[in-house]
Amino acid sequence: MTDASSRQPALHRISTYLHKRPRLRLLLLLALPVVWLVGVYGGSLVSLLLQSFFRLNPFSGVLERVISLDTWRTLFTAANNAVIMRTVGMATAVTVASVILAFPLAYYMARYAGPRVKAILVLAVLVPLWSSYLVRVYSWKLILAADGIINWFVERLGLEGALQALLGAPVIGGPSLSISLFGQFLVFVYIWLPYMILPIHASLERVPRSLLEASADLGARPAFTFRKVTWPMAIPGVAAGSIFTFSLTLGDYIIPTIIGDSSPFIGLAIYSYQGVAGNLPLAAAFSFIPIAVMAVYLTVVRRFGAFEAL
Amino acid sequence: MKSRAVLLLAVLAMIVAGCGSGTSDDESDLPTEVGEGEGSVVIVAWAGYIERGETDPAYDWVTDFEADTGCMVEVKTAGTSDEMVALMTGSTEYDLVTASGDSSLRLIAGGSVQEVNIELIPSWDTIDERLQNAEWHTVDGKHYGTPYSSGFNVLGYNTEVFGDAPPDSWSVVFEETVLPDGQSNAGRVQAYDGPIYIADAALYLKATQPDLGIEDPYQLNEDQYQAALELLRQQRELVGRYWHDAFIQIDDFTNEGVAASSTWPFQTNVLQFAGEPIDKVVPVEGATGWADTTMLATNAPHPNCAYMWMEHSLNPKLQGDLAAWFGTVPAVPAACEGNELLGPDGCANNGAEDFDEILFWKTPTDDCNGTAEPGSCVPYYRWTTDYLAVIGGR
Repeated sequence: MTDASSRQPALHRISTYLHKRPRLRLLLLLALPVVWLVGVYGGSLVSLLLQSFFRLNPFSGVLERVISLDTWRTLFTAANNAVIMRTVGMATAVTVASVILAFPLAYYMARYAGPRVKAILVLAVLVPLWSSYLVRVYSWKLILAADGIINWFVERLGLEGALQALLGAPVIGGPSLSISLFGQFLVFVYIWLPYMILPIHASLERVPRSLLEASADLGARPAFTFRKVTWPMAIPGVAAGSIFTFSLTLGDYIIPTIIGDSSPFIGLAIYSYQGVAGNLPLAAAFSFIPIAVMAVYLTVVRRFGAFEAL
Repeated sequence: MKSRAVLLLAVLAMIVAGCGSGTSDDESDLPTEVGEGEGSVVIVAWAGYIERGETDPAYDWVTDFEADTGCMVEVKTAGTSDEMVALMTGSTEYDLVTASGDSSLRLIAGGSVQEVNIELIPSWDTIDERLQNAEWHTVDGKHYGTPYSSGFNVLGYNTEVFGDAPPDSWSVVFEETVLPDGQSNAGRVQAYDGPIYIADAALYLKATQPDLGIEDPYQLNEDQYQAALELLRQQRELVGRYWHDAFIQIDDFTNEGVAASSTWPFQTNVLQFAGEPIDKVVPVEGATGWADTTMLATNAPHPNCAYMWMEHSLNPKLQGDLAAWFGTVPAVPAACEGNELLGPDGCANNGAEDFDEILFWKTPTDDCNGTAEPGSCVPYYRWTTDYLAVIGGR
């Protein structure tokens, strides 16, 4: 009688109190995520931005905590621009290739596969994500090596000429697949493809079958239905998937150290400016490049309704 | 109240730290004896440098030390020299750091490490004489640590490619040439991806272009530096991939047909052990190398245990085991004799006989390591930026 009844009114009072004050309720509910987002996340970004306005003494290389634009001026050298272009170019290529590969599979999963097959396919897409990223990248290094599996098949099939032509191509070629930009591209696509398949699949699932039947009833050929009904409704999924593949490629700095010709990517450049050179201001300034690129990218894909499919 | 006390302490600590670096010529700072152990010692070290038999029971140089001294060893591994500098700066929790030559002078200049009284380290005289006063841990005659281990950046090559004409010059990785197997070296050589590799190019230029007047490859004036970068840009055309991780390079020697590259004896030893046709040589131009020093932190919380560890780190058994484990050359020559893990030829395999041809890593500074006016030499942070640009094809 004493304990339970005295606690009950207290709880009641709190709940009544909160019920009357919806703003306070909201504040309490959001306090933790807000502290996290604004404090931890936003705060570190602000400190990063501040860092970028410091500079290194040009002679001694010692960090000077003086506000100046020197660091930002040194950011846009030809070498750094090349790093940015290379990274953005790779992210774009990987995204386009992922859409081309992911769409048919997602379409099949959403439209034709029975429940059993669909479950197996979803599992097949997800299983690689359960194994270590590093293990998968190292395996690809062996697959693509000059003495690797692909070369072995190419030799058996008598296609050395085609491979040599590919590797002889400027920019994307190299001594072997694993030491070429093309090989790097293959690995990027392999690693990030699942993140494209799943959102496209989700958006295609939402296309009602009745719409397609209606389109057919009205005399549209399948290709026309695809163009006018299926594709527009899949665009949010494609845009959402592209956010993943684009931003993940943009920020990755492991694959370029293991596969490819060692040409630096944005992540690697930041890593070595921060780590090896101790040039924190330049590393901080460089960190804003992917943020800026992603801001532009998100603004564009928002128009395609990407956020509705997330 | 409490926060004010903390603030006061912090200010005091800063003043003391400031004084410490300012009046470092004060001899009375040095301890005169090693007292009772504090029960633990915390060491910032490279991965695999402080082994307690957890990876392989045969490689254990910690357990005995702990039993003998009561100092429990705690290791904080660091991946790069810069991580070490960052960890040690202003630290009050670490006692020792196994710093390489590209960070040791920075640690001394930054006041993060303190002078060591070598009188308190009985084994000091057993250290290789060429290392005792090495300039990467000795400043103005003061020692800032005990030499721990060193290794060389040798030229590794594929014996099937070179046949009975093994390379004797770094030219095979810097200049386009036809190798003895009749094919060009383009796409079949590698180079190290750290900016300190610019010194390797300078070392080659020192021999091939004496007009440049390069004396020390770590102290380059603007002209010498630009010449080295030019050579490295030329090398970029030949290099398929730059190496960074020893195991990736081992894989590249095995599966990518790499014909020649700068490498560590560690890789060539592993490759030879696996039966691959790989050998190594110190070319006529000499080679660069790295030498690590166990340095004592300025604010070491356990100085007595730290001194005990420095003494322990020089015992021949540990030095020999470490050399076997890491493919390095011991700092104590006596370690080469009768070590089971290292074997009779271990030191020679790891390159001990080439010691005199090695120029060890130092941090390039703008005052040419104290020998010239500030601004005379190109400082290290520019090496990083420019080497990154070279690898990026610029």
